[in-house]
Amino acid sequence: MANVYFRTADLSVGYQGRALIENINISLEKGEILTLIGPNGSGKSTILKSITKHLATIGGDSFVADGSVNAMTYRQLSRRMAVVLTERIRGELLTCYDVVATGRYPYTNTLGLLSPEDRAKVMAAMESVHAAELADRDFTAISDGQRQRILLARAICQEPEIIVLDEPTSFLDIAHKLELLTLLRAMAKEKGITVIMSLHEIDLAQKVSDKVMCVSGETISHFGTPEAIFRPEIIEPLYGIAPGAYNVAFGSVELPAPTGTPRTFVLCGCGSGIPVFRRLQKESRPFCAGILFTNDIDYPVARQLAARVFTAAPFAPIPEAVYEEALAAMKQCDTVIVTDFPIAETNGKVAALIAEARKMGTLREEGIGP
Amino acid sequence: MGQSTVQTEKSRPARYAAVFAGLLIALAALTVWNINSGSVHISVPDIARILFLRQGDDTALGIVWKLRLPRIIAAAVLGGGLALSGFLMQTFFGNPIAGPFVLGISSGSKLCVALTMIVALRFVPFVTSWMMVLSAFAGALLAMGFVLLSARSIRQMSMLLVAGIMISYICSAVTEFVITFARDSDIVNLHTWSQGSFSGTKWEDVTVFTWIIAACAVAVFLLAKPIGAYQLGESYAQSMGVNVKRFRVVLILLSSLIAGCVTAFAGPISFVGIAVPHLIKLLLKTAKPIVVIPASFLGGAVFCLLCDYIARTAFAPVELSISTVTALFGAPVVIAMLIRRHGGRG
Repeated sequence: MANVYFRTADLSVGYQGRALIENINISLEKGEILTLIGPNGSGKSTILKSITKHLATIGGDSFVADGSVNAMTYRQLSRRMAVVLTERIRGELLTCYDVVATGRYPYTNTLGLLSPEDRAKVMAAMESVHAAELADRDFTAISDGQRQRILLARAICQEPEIIVLDEPTSFLDIAHKLELLTLLRAMAKEKGITVIMSLHEIDLAQKVSDKVMCVSGETISHFGTPEAIFRPEIIEPLYGIAPGAYNVAFGSVELPAPTGTPRTFVLCGCGSGIPVFRRLQKESRPFCAGILFTNDIDYPVARQLAARVFTAAPFAPIPEAVYEEALAAMKQCDTVIVTDFPIAETNGKVAALIAEARKMGTLREEGIGP
Repeated sequence: MGQSTVQTEKSRPARYAAVFAGLLIALAALTVWNINSGSVHISVPDIARILFLRQGDDTALGIVWKLRLPRIIAAAVLGGGLALSGFLMQTFFGNPIAGPFVLGISSGSKLCVALTMIVALRFVPFVTSWMMVLSAFAGALLAMGFVLLSARSIRQMSMLLVAGIMISYICSAVTEFVITFARDSDIVNLHTWSQGSFSGTKWEDVTVFTWIIAACAVAVFLLAKPIGAYQLGESYAQSMGVNVKRFRVVLILLSSLIAGCVTAFAGPISFVGIAVPHLIKLLLKTAKPIVVIPASFLGGAVFCLLCDYIARTAFAPVELSISTVTALFGAPVVIAMLIRRHGGRG
């Protein structure tokens, strides 16, 4: 436990004396990123507010560098912890520079005047988030992405050992989401700042976090590394999504597969099938897909969207039995779609299926796209 | 780039200096002008002699020292106080149109002072300045208590102001009722006062309110740092180390004390608390408390001196109530602010 920087001890959080989530026991090392995931209203913000002392704890305590958060004054805590909140800053007539400079608050004198060192630190913080050119802009007149960077600079400027962010990527487009998370990652690794945040994007949470906490309403259902957490058996019940809908490799989900007897067969491979699968899903047409090697990129999506998938082990020719099964299923279909993908030695059997379909007159050849 | 309402770090000090210099010049000019004008005209060299050497003919000396100077100091100090009180309430409620008058704080003070005077005068021959201040402070806190209570159940800021205005009407109605049925000879004075006026300020009063307002103004200035943090919102202020609960109590007490003190001596004065901080922020192009606080104080002084001059001289010898004039100048500022806020952002 020598490296533990942040931990909670039997922390119970809630409102007005009523516990919402009880007995939270987690620990983080210095420079680690912890992400809280879970459905809306599950209590992610409540936990974050309790850690930041905005909300009185119902029971237990949090410890920052072995200092009890309950026992610390706001002033003491402000020198260790900075926050980026979801609430909109209502400040009027403030430049971005002014907003970042408020991060120096715990260090300035009684009147809050900035020393030359303070000013240098403000500019350094703005440069670290690539926002130096925004210094003289009106804070209310910048974009959402710029605003989040300024608020992060404000937090960095406070020279904290730990930063707590509540849904920092909400309202950001995908490029700005990536930019912000990249900044956080760099900050955690280079400056050793511990990060605790909540995210809605489970795909990004998987990629940016060192530790993940699943918040499911009454309890912390799981806590651990992303490898241990991002599994269908944990993610699907956490968010209450249908079994099989969550894709571990991509961290993404697909819409539910169409139901019914498949009348369409998709012969595909090497990613050429994915757009066809998704189009058929939108048209609510159940389909079979095959013959896919289990390392084919089409395979995980076919597993999620196709009524039936015919598969073969990779790096070897397709076995005769699989071919027969696929052929039988193909004969039940009135449309066979063939996408554009390479056919060589190991998947030579697919060429035979195409020939059969042509004979039956159900073949429709497609390039990539419709 | 859209038109930015803020300016660069480097151009700021020059602007601040210009605004402060302008306010100080206006203050000096209005002081002289106010002494100068009235039913008895006194020339500027005579004023200088009267003020600095206490020489001159007895009538002029008497008019300046007994009538005009106390009144000028009252307008300046109490006007500055009102602007500060408004600024504090705007900070507390995070609402630019909060102020001692619209929230009913002034009217609460007025009611308490009127009651105290009418009741006390039956038992004692006169009411001291301190008693007035104390009862005004109590009234201000009482009204503020009502506003805060309604704020707890009313989340919408506009509704909070409506509640404040209702409190103000109730207090004013009760005050008028009490004054109408009181039998004292002081009623005439009380009536002028209840409409808001700087006239009849005595030197004893000047000493009392100058001490109180000066102490409060220094306290507000020392709060510039947490006020700046609080402008970002309660949660951010707390994360910067501000003890928000304690800070809020201090804000309430200070703003009520200032508003009460002003009302005790000059009656309720409208719109100064809203219009002045707003105009000052526009002039300075910043909301930084460390410059806005002293500038608002000066601005309030200048604004009230100007309004008092108009109230005194516009229809002389009939005197207007000070609120009539401040409303005439202040209300359009507030309306312009509302239009800009709701129309401009689109």
